[in-house]
Amino acid sequence: MNANAISTPTALPRVPAGPARLRWLAVDAWVLAKRQFAHIRQIPEKLFDVTLQPLMFVLLFAFVFGGVIAVPGGGDYHEYLIGGILVQTLAFGMMGPGVSIATDLGEGIIDRFSSLPMSRPAYLIGHLTAEFCATVLAVTIMVISGLIVGWGISSTPLEALACFGLLFLIAIAMIWLGTLVGVLARSPDGVQGIAFVAVFPLTFVANTFVPVGGLPDGLRQVAEYNPISAWAAAVRTLFGNPTAIPSGSAWPLEHSVIASVAWCVAILAIVVPLTVRAYRRRTTG
Amino acid sequence: MNQGIQTSHAVVAEGLGKQYGEQWALRDFQLAVPTGSVLGLLGHNGAGKTTAIRILTTLVAPTTGTAKVAGHDVVAEPDRVREQIGLTSQAATVDGLMTGAANLEMIGRLYHLPRKVAQARAAELLAELRLEDAGDRLVKDYSGGMRRRLDLAASLVASPPVLFLDEPTTGLDPESRNELWDLLRQLVGGGTTLILTTQYLEEADQLADDVVLLDHGKIVATGSPEQLKARYGGERVVVTVAADDELGAAAEALEKVAAGTAEIDREGLFVAAPASESTRLIEVVRALEEGGVDAHDVRRREATLDDVFFSLTSPRARVASTHATKDSDREEATA
Ligand SMILES: Nc1ncnc2c1ncn2[C@@H]1O[C@H](COP(=O)(O)OP(=O)(O)OP(=O)(O)O)[C@@H](O)[C@H]1O
Ligand SMILES: [Mg+2]
Repeated sequence: MNANAISTPTALPRVPAGPARLRWLAVDAWVLAKRQFAHIRQIPEKLFDVTLQPLMFVLLFAFVFGGVIAVPGGGDYHEYLIGGILVQTLAFGMMGPGVSIATDLGEGIIDRFSSLPMSRPAYLIGHLTAEFCATVLAVTIMVISGLIVGWGISSTPLEALACFGLLFLIAIAMIWLGTLVGVLARSPDGVQGIAFVAVFPLTFVANTFVPVGGLPDGLRQVAEYNPISAWAAAVRTLFGNPTAIPSGSAWPLEHSVIASVAWCVAILAIVVPLTVRAYRRRTTG
Repeated sequence: MNQGIQTSHAVVAEGLGKQYGEQWALRDFQLAVPTGSVLGLLGHNGAGKTTAIRILTTLVAPTTGTAKVAGHDVVAEPDRVREQIGLTSQAATVDGLMTGAANLEMIGRLYHLPRKVAQARAAELLAELRLEDAGDRLVKDYSGGMRRRLDLAASLVASPPVLFLDEPTTGLDPESRNELWDLLRQLVGGGTTLILTTQYLEEADQLADDVVLLDHGKIVATGSPEQLKARYGGERVVVTVAADDELGAAAEALEKVAAGTAEIDREGLFVAAPASESTRLIEVVRALEEGGVDAHDVRRREATLDDVFFSLTSPRARVASTHATKDSDREEATA
């Protein structure tokens, strides 16, 4: 009879101890990453900021400003532009995880997850995995649209590979930063506000679209030491694109690759433990 | 704690307390729930029901005390506890952007059931909770009652021996509520231990073997519904009035002739007070007339769990609860 179907004991695998836990973590994280993908299927607009937005930027800047902006020190503006837009998009990549984590934390579903015998870190790792997949998509779209507007990779395959590695490192740093904001924020709108106020100016007071040389004193120094500038310069360097960095520029611009990696490592070293702590506090407080 | 208690009791708590800032949401909370029985946690808004459930389901760490669920300590062995429990929280804990079936399958997968098993279990539970036609629809398009049932299904995925339900029937219409009660009775018949919180005394009366009354984070009474009614109840005189501005005068008049303080129910527009053998309705009517109260109805009745509740919870809690209570009201009342 039906009556017993609901109470028939279900044979449950038990939570393992030791290294086998890692496999559980991987399975749990993937199940939760798939939950994010399911959300994207329902609300495809969620992906706009990593698909249409970068595409729009590439086209706008390439066709509207492409003709009027000259790259100091020579080089094609389209070649210059893509590095900046790649980095800008990755920087805005903090918004996605921030908003979705703040949304979850404001709802009861996190209680559901916390009452299951699943791996504790799986929720955050699952989120990060899904966001990382979105980033791979965004980078692919930008590379293709860049190739269409006349950008190209002129470095060695090894350097190009290193560049993709750097891009993904930047992505991971920004996704963690977004996760931290999401865990700390009181609402999804709060995340959007914080991300916009913090990231938008940062991506403009930088060499993202134009070299920093033309900026007024004060702003120029900010731009020189802005991680976004180092990242964009490093991407241009590693792809063999014009960097428009005259010799004698600020240290992070002249040594952009080292500076970029250092920025990522520093961000991760600070943000990861803070996020884990804040998440634990929010979910067991 | 002796061994006997641990094996024959699904949930045991001793001296549990939870402090938020200066305020104790729960204090000196004791519990021993025999395996296979139903415990009703009863209390007004802010009494500490959810806090107790959250501690017992490992969602928050207690400030003081210890608790064991299915023989495992909630702080020391949370994963062992989580393997044995199902939880339906007060807030919706299902994903609105996924279908009902996908929600249940996801939870099955998080229990590490093989995909096929998780899918079969999802279908079985959907059928059981009469959601089979809605299984392929997004949960955000469900009605409140459907979502509540899906939430319950989600907590049944692993057929947990100990089930915690935080206000499971809040927001359900009477028909759905009765259905849910039947389902819960089936579960308990199958051996599940059930801990549920409720603000509806009728629900506790219907389902619970034992009731714990909470007020301001403290236990004010425990016992079976019958015991409580016998111990704190007795007969009542109930006066129903036409408008709520008459309630005060009615209470005053009733107290002159009744055997105790009158409780005011603003929603029901009535005043109730304990009656003794010598309390006569004619005297009540006379007192009401003298007080100029326009009473619709005056009668004697047996005490309900409601009356027990009213007479045990503190007067200030009563004031807050008879108005539409919000937590902010409660905080003022506590301060
Ligand atoms: N996370 C928290 N931070 C601060 N105070 C809290 C927190 N959770 C609960 N409280 C306080 O603890 C008290 C008990 O809350 P709890 O949610 O346990 O009550 P409840 O009996 O479930 O009420 P309700 O019937 O409204 O669900 C309330 O005064 C509440 O404001
Ligand atoms: Mg509650």
